[in-house]
Amino acid sequence: MMREYRTIEEVAGPLMLVRRVEGVKYDELGEIELPNGEVRRCRVLEVNGKNVLVQLFESAAGLNLSNSKVRFSGHGVELPVSPDMLGRVFNGMGEPIDGGAKLIPEKSFDINGTPINPAARYYPSEFIQTGVSSIDGLNTLVRGQKLPIFSGSGLPHANLAAQIARQAKVLGSNEKFAVVFAAIGITFEEADFFISDFRKTGALDRTVLFINLASDAAIERISTPRMALTAAEYLAFECNMHVLVILTDITNYAEALREVSAARKEVPGRRGYPGYLYTDLATLYERAGRKMGSDGSITMIPILTMPEDDKTHPIPDLTGYITEGQIILSRELYRKGYLPPVDVLPSLSRLKDKGIGDGKTREDHADTMNQLFSAYARGKEARELMVVLGEAALSPVDRLYAKFADAFEAEYINQGFYENRSIEDTLNLGWKLLSILPRSEMKRIKPKYLEKYWKASAEA
Amino acid sequence: MVEGKIRKVSGPLVVAEGMREANLFDVVHVGANRLIGEIIEMHGDRASIQVYEETSGLGRGDAVVSTGAPLSVELGPGLLTNIFDGIQRPLETMREKYGSNLIRGIDEKALDRDKKWHFVPAKQAGDEVHAGDIYGTVQENEVILHKIMVPPKKAGTIVDIAEGDYAVTGAVGHLKLADGTVEDITLMQKWPVRVARPYRQKLPPVDPMITGQRPIDALFPIAKGGTACVPGPFGSGKTVVQHQLAKWSDVDLVVYIGCGERGNEMTDVLREFPDLVDPKTGKSLMERTVLIANTSDMPVAAREASIYTGITIAEYFRDMGYSVAVIADSTSRWAEALREMSGRLEEMPGEEGYPAYLTSRLAQFYERAGKVVCLGEGDREGALSAIGAVSPQGGDISEPVTQATLRIVKVFWGLDSSLAYRRHFPAINWLTSYSLYRERLEGWFSEHVSKDWTTLTGRCLRVLQEESDLQEIVKLVGMDALSPDDRLKLDVAQSIREDFLQQNAFLDVDCYSSLEKQYAMLHLIFHFADEGMRAIGAGADVEDVCNLPVHESIGRAKTIPEKTFKEEFAEIEAQITSQIDHLIKNAKEEN
Repeated sequence: MMREYRTIEEVAGPLMLVRRVEGVKYDELGEIELPNGEVRRCRVLEVNGKNVLVQLFESAAGLNLSNSKVRFSGHGVELPVSPDMLGRVFNGMGEPIDGGAKLIPEKSFDINGTPINPAARYYPSEFIQTGVSSIDGLNTLVRGQKLPIFSGSGLPHANLAAQIARQAKVLGSNEKFAVVFAAIGITFEEADFFISDFRKTGALDRTVLFINLASDAAIERISTPRMALTAAEYLAFECNMHVLVILTDITNYAEALREVSAARKEVPGRRGYPGYLYTDLATLYERAGRKMGSDGSITMIPILTMPEDDKTHPIPDLTGYITEGQIILSRELYRKGYLPPVDVLPSLSRLKDKGIGDGKTREDHADTMNQLFSAYARGKEARELMVVLGEAALSPVDRLYAKFADAFEAEYINQGFYENRSIEDTLNLGWKLLSILPRSEMKRIKPKYLEKYWKASAEA
Repeated sequence: MVEGKIRKVSGPLVVAEGMREANLFDVVHVGANRLIGEIIEMHGDRASIQVYEETSGLGRGDAVVSTGAPLSVELGPGLLTNIFDGIQRPLETMREKYGSNLIRGIDEKALDRDKKWHFVPAKQAGDEVHAGDIYGTVQENEVILHKIMVPPKKAGTIVDIAEGDYAVTGAVGHLKLADGTVEDITLMQKWPVRVARPYRQKLPPVDPMITGQRPIDALFPIAKGGTACVPGPFGSGKTVVQHQLAKWSDVDLVVYIGCGERGNEMTDVLREFPDLVDPKTGKSLMERTVLIANTSDMPVAAREASIYTGITIAEYFRDMGYSVAVIADSTSRWAEALREMSGRLEEMPGEEGYPAYLTSRLAQFYERAGKVVCLGEGDREGALSAIGAVSPQGGDISEPVTQATLRIVKVFWGLDSSLAYRRHFPAINWLTSYSLYRERLEGWFSEHVSKDWTTLTGRCLRVLQEESDLQEIVKLVGMDALSPDDRLKLDVAQSIREDFLQQNAFLDVDCYSSLEKQYAMLHLIFHFADEGMRAIGAGADVEDVCNLPVHESIGRAKTIPEKTFKEEFAEIEAQITSQIDHLIKNAKEEN
């Protein structure tokens, strides 16, 4: 028999203090029954003697201190899982909201997961072709990687994420593939964009959606990504599927975390975010990967909007320290009309080196990538100098570099959201653009590749 | 044994009552799962405990049992090539026994109790031994001879000792102490992690730790027994620099601590190192490596302990007379763990919420590095070099962890994101970085590499500094305003940056440069600089000098293998002279 308590002492913001409880455990899931019979969920944040501090997942409106009842479930927050989750829509707490039949769970998992033993991980090294040149060619995504998109308000990160979800494939394989999508505090329109895009392309049948909209309770957002990742872990490591997880928007998640931290009167770190934001984000992001004993994988693309496009803001900053690279969108390129507006220089994929090259993409990939990067960097510098001092101030070579930078943006980065380029096309395009420059500038390319590909590209 | 009951649970912090008899810093078992924790504060009979595992499911009244001993590591054969978590639990063994995720409450011994090691005594019955003396040796693997030492603070007479195959806890012999009691001599000893292991004397570091990384060895060298830090924003290549140091440093052993960083990075080390060959021994690099992995998703309190676990293991090998490098990635995560515990303890925060004792804790850690004369006979000299990565928020090095670290360490390799965007790796900023060992190591370099090593590397730094001044002018008034001399200087500086400082960690031929090759490369670049000046002096156009085809050969010098570089470099040098001569001849004809 579950005990009920009518000893709620205090409710402030998302927190509630319950007195004189017995046997309640840290991190336990609880239920609050309101006088009108409505039931809301909560979680134990602190046990202190006979008192427990509880965090609500929903709003406190209508809560009555003397007539509400609290019950504790004896276990943490769990998500029931089953292969039938594919194609279904859930709310931020893991309850179906698509009007479909109730899920018959096969298992139930604690949403916090458990850390993967680093000795049991496989190093991600399988190339994923996204069909986007600026990613495949320069910031290559591999299976089991966590690669966030750093965006700003008003930039088309949703289109890019949808394009990746639509086009991503591993060359020469026909394995089971699924998408887990978590909407964390985004608007209805944005969520609808993803859902209708998935529907249009027929991807919806292999997608699990967790939706917490801007109008839903902010505190629920702390659970939403964990729900999604628990579902992803089940599909990847129990059902051996290759799962792509899209989390949008992490900024909203961090803000919900700050709200709870502030309500607990914790000592804040930078910009009022709790000092444990890094650790907390890490427990989300680190759930991506591949591990021994399972053929599946979790590849994660978290999306976050940088406040004021500031990369040093704690949320993108700490994310960058945990994830294996970042794709940064540029407002300048977007204004020029180049889509997707990936700012390739500060973007980075840390795992690319082991996912490219002979047998994976092509032998010349690494060299041309480095050459394109340094050529574009120099071209941009030359272009800036040209603005200040005029074209005449540049050396002839720098003038070519400036021309290269323009062409690179217009042809390589710019491809639109519906063009799907093969890796061959991307690499050949790179060679074509490099041929704008004199051959003696190709310092980063091995002579044998220069021999093999330079001529071909010059003829083309 | 003291047993108490839980009163409060708040994240990794647990407060237990009835603990008056327990000692501070004792290890305790918490709850039914026997989670491992450590007492960090006592108030009356209430003990504040930091728990090294996830605490969900704990509640009031659960039992807390003290073990009566501080957090200690096991030291003995079996450490090498192994990977441990922050409190020295063996991760490979845990994977084999418990699956690929870390479940709670596992009490797995660090060293395998069943494995037998062949012990060869160096002493015999009747010998009198003191702390640090060597009982005998175990050939742990092809590379490392594990010396079994008399533990610190111990002395006596050997009763018996015999060669044979023993497990780490088996008695290889017996020792009679001064008070007459007889103890087993075992291959393993224990040591509390928060206490530095004793040595006889500390020495100033005078030998360089050669890393094979050109910007480090040539411009900002570190000494064996020295301390260094690598701060940099994300994406600037901290981890690659750390991995390179772990791979190529000319030390006997490396302890690599992954402290609150990515799981895949540890996996990378674990999978890659066994296949890499140590240029010094010709054997696998893994043979000399110990890994400590407490990744960011693993419990935060164990992260705090991980750097102490790592440095204690390193000290143990130092005591054998080895040169050891400790590489910690990243100390910022360690500081954050400290901050989190401090917050839960409701301490008054210092800067940015970090506890006031951050600096002193960091100083204690780095001060455990150094070159020492070890305890015991034979005046063995050991060295422990400590290199810590720092991850400043937003790349802003004015934050407390970086500043506290800079006050202690002697070498600063500042990584720069703007260099990283240009794919200039390693992205060590040559203007802000420094090494306080440069002068002290001068003697070694002039004796072992070349007399003018310091002159040449000093010239390198000066040219780079002049370049940055000249760049300011170019930005304002354009390239045309510069004198031919200065334009050549810019060209040489560019050559230093691109052809010397940039080093590709992923290219077999370039990832390690011997000091001889580094010297030859610099020599080549400055030979070009001097010859270029000669040409300009003789009336040649600076544009022509900068566009000489030999430039490309200098650019490819780094990809010339160690075996053949001497001949090929001589060839390039001859080309420089002949092409310059040609220029001068043409210039004279035109006039």
